[in-house]
Amino acid sequence: MAISKEKILEDLKQKFSDNILDITVQFGDDIIRIKKEVLLDIVSFLKNDPYAFTMLLDLTCVDYMGDEERYEMVYHLFSLSHKLRLRFKTRLQENDCKIDSLTPIFKNANWLEREAYDMFGVHFSGHPYLRRLFMYDGFEGHPLRKDYPLRKQQPKIQLRK
Amino acid sequence: MKNKKNGKGGFITTTLNSVLGWGRKFSLFQYPFITACCGMEYMSVACAHYDLDRFGMGWTRFTPRQADMLLVVGTITHKEAPVLRTVYEQMTEPKWVVAFGACAVSGGIYDNYAVVQGIDRIIPVDVYIPGCPPRPETIINALIKLQEKIQKEGHEWRFQRKRS
Amino acid sequence: MKYRIQQEAREDTMLINMGPSHPAMHGTTRVMLELDGEKIINCELEMGYLHRGFEKICENKTYFNMLIYTDRMNYVSPLINNTGYVMTLEKMLGIEAPERAQYIRVILNEFSRVCDHLTALAAMCMECGAFTVFLYMMKAREYIWDLMEQTTGARMTTSFIRVGGVRSDFPFDWKETTRIAIDETRKVLKDCHVLMSKNKIFLNRTRDVAVVTPEMAINYGWTGPCLRSTGVKYDVRKAFPYLVYDQLDFEIPLGERGDNFDRYMIRMQEMEQSLRIVEQCMAKIPKPSAPTQQVTKGMEPNEAIKASRTKKPEGRIKLSPNLEGTEKEKYPGILAGKKYIIPPKEDTYTNIEGLINHFKFFMRGHGIRPPKGEAYFAVEGGSGELGFYIISDGTDKPYRLHLRAPCLHIVAALEEIVRGNFLADIIPTFGSMNMIGGELDR
Repeated sequence: MAISKEKILEDLKQKFSDNILDITVQFGDDIIRIKKEVLLDIVSFLKNDPYAFTMLLDLTCVDYMGDEERYEMVYHLFSLSHKLRLRFKTRLQENDCKIDSLTPIFKNANWLEREAYDMFGVHFSGHPYLRRLFMYDGFEGHPLRKDYPLRKQQPKIQLRK
Repeated sequence: MKNKKNGKGGFITTTLNSVLGWGRKFSLFQYPFITACCGMEYMSVACAHYDLDRFGMGWTRFTPRQADMLLVVGTITHKEAPVLRTVYEQMTEPKWVVAFGACAVSGGIYDNYAVVQGIDRIIPVDVYIPGCPPRPETIINALIKLQEKIQKEGHEWRFQRKRS
Repeated sequence: MKYRIQQEAREDTMLINMGPSHPAMHGTTRVMLELDGEKIINCELEMGYLHRGFEKICENKTYFNMLIYTDRMNYVSPLINNTGYVMTLEKMLGIEAPERAQYIRVILNEFSRVCDHLTALAAMCMECGAFTVFLYMMKAREYIWDLMEQTTGARMTTSFIRVGGVRSDFPFDWKETTRIAIDETRKVLKDCHVLMSKNKIFLNRTRDVAVVTPEMAINYGWTGPCLRSTGVKYDVRKAFPYLVYDQLDFEIPLGERGDNFDRYMIRMQEMEQSLRIVEQCMAKIPKPSAPTQQVTKGMEPNEAIKASRTKKPEGRIKLSPNLEGTEKEKYPGILAGKKYIIPPKEDTYTNIEGLINHFKFFMRGHGIRPPKGEAYFAVEGGSGELGFYIISDGTDKPYRLHLRAPCLHIVAALEEIVRGNFLADIIPTFGSMNMIGGELDR
């Protein structure tokens, strides 16, 4: 049975009224900003019927250096039966960049969160195996942060010349 | 003979050199160390349209122990560098290295924290093939140049560690 | 920190490493296995050996410069990556390509998809031992690359799709080249069906091996041919139609069991559907705004430049043969959106407005500058839903660009689906997943 996007957003607003900061539309996409504590609740609420947001399309992080709340986590959820995409954003403080892991709900969150940890240094509590994914052990720093210089190389073996 | 003591070689050793060079250049066993997009052009040049087998390089040996030409195809990152070094050291003499594609020659369009700026920072290279990716005709030209190099260089048929 | 497989290993099993430089690893991934005889008990995959820092580079280059990096992501179907990136920018800028340009994009996208599936299946069959299939499929790919080379100038990394349309029009004899490419590909597909689809050895290696259920596939975020092999009908071209796909008639093949053989068969069927799409486009494509024939009459370029010093030259200017297809008369059919495109060469060299437009497009600080905000757009890539998420802060460089790589989600499931099978089953499983290193590691 088809549910419209407006009904889903209405139900969300009703259930999590003070934890949703705002709902906007930009270039045709729906963006919902939430507080980080309710992330797991919202995702499990939406995964069940009748909303059926059963696929986590993407999970990424953005670094706004200079802001007090430096990191912003972005989640894209997708519903196959209704063909709807939703984007959730939540902010993290620089000295408290921890957030709940989505691994109990979606299995691909395992690798996506490892990537976010590797590139930005965000910790995911409850992740079974938080280890670097792209860079090697022994690499210091998190490359995609804005204060990591682009060309700073850390060779793993002795280079000639 | 006087010349032979100086190491410059007389008539016999130069003929032996050229025979060995002829034999080695027409039976190169290659080990393609493929990482990235240049691998597509390598597959294309090794297959039926632009055939590499007519130059004697048809047999792709998938282990470094049995190969004498290392073709480094594609970008090498810092995570991959120790692997490349190990593979190079596992190969037996005589061996030649071909840097295939702009990323192997000098890092290519990637000038950042993750990419080695040219594999000659890790292993010595004989022939550099530019291009992103190089056309099959360029690759064949470069391999013919490598064959000429093999023909002309001095060969030691006893065990000797030539270079680091 | 020890690897997970080392921490969980039992004492009587063997830990083996299928290292980063391995012929069946399609480039560079490392698979660590815990074996009991030949049976796999545990598996861990390590990747990142081809991480080239694509997302970090994006923050330091202009939108136009980034186009060449998008080719090298999924390098077997580069034009689809170009299309995804450019359409995200067009979504933010609010412009739409002319209709002929959209048909050209669809034709080249579908040929790229055929190249992707050909390469994937050729590698998978070669690793199972069928070397002839590899040679036949590479032969078909050469004919497709002939068309790409004549249109775009390069065989593989083309950077052809631009904001506002495509860089140049088709050459005057493109219909014959396309016809040859389609016929040769159909011949090769027929031969490969005969060789592989009922072959007992191939069936034994791929039937009922690495079965994936639809619920597991959705939970892992699978999209593309691998998801359709489990029976779920989701294709971005039908669900969120873009370009002219809603006007074309094509089917979505679905699998039943979700094993290796279904993934192979789906790719073979999808290639046939892509060729059908190309044939329909060839019939429906609108006429070009100027006739497609070789330009032999007109002023030479240096005469035109000399004449433009006193007044604007009239009449046609003959461009060099390298720029065939980009003449000024062709522009209404192939490029739209005046501020975001490279002006025609006749204007750049002979009058001041063209020179200023050229200057403003390329100089740092000017050029393509989308409004502040963020957008996500997805196209159907060779492996699944290829999404681009761009955050713009109003300048000419992106603030953040994130690629939703379909391969990452598919390969993340390898650790689970390979458990309980034999060591030799990894090869067709990994091959049927179509891992592309450039997209997985970015």
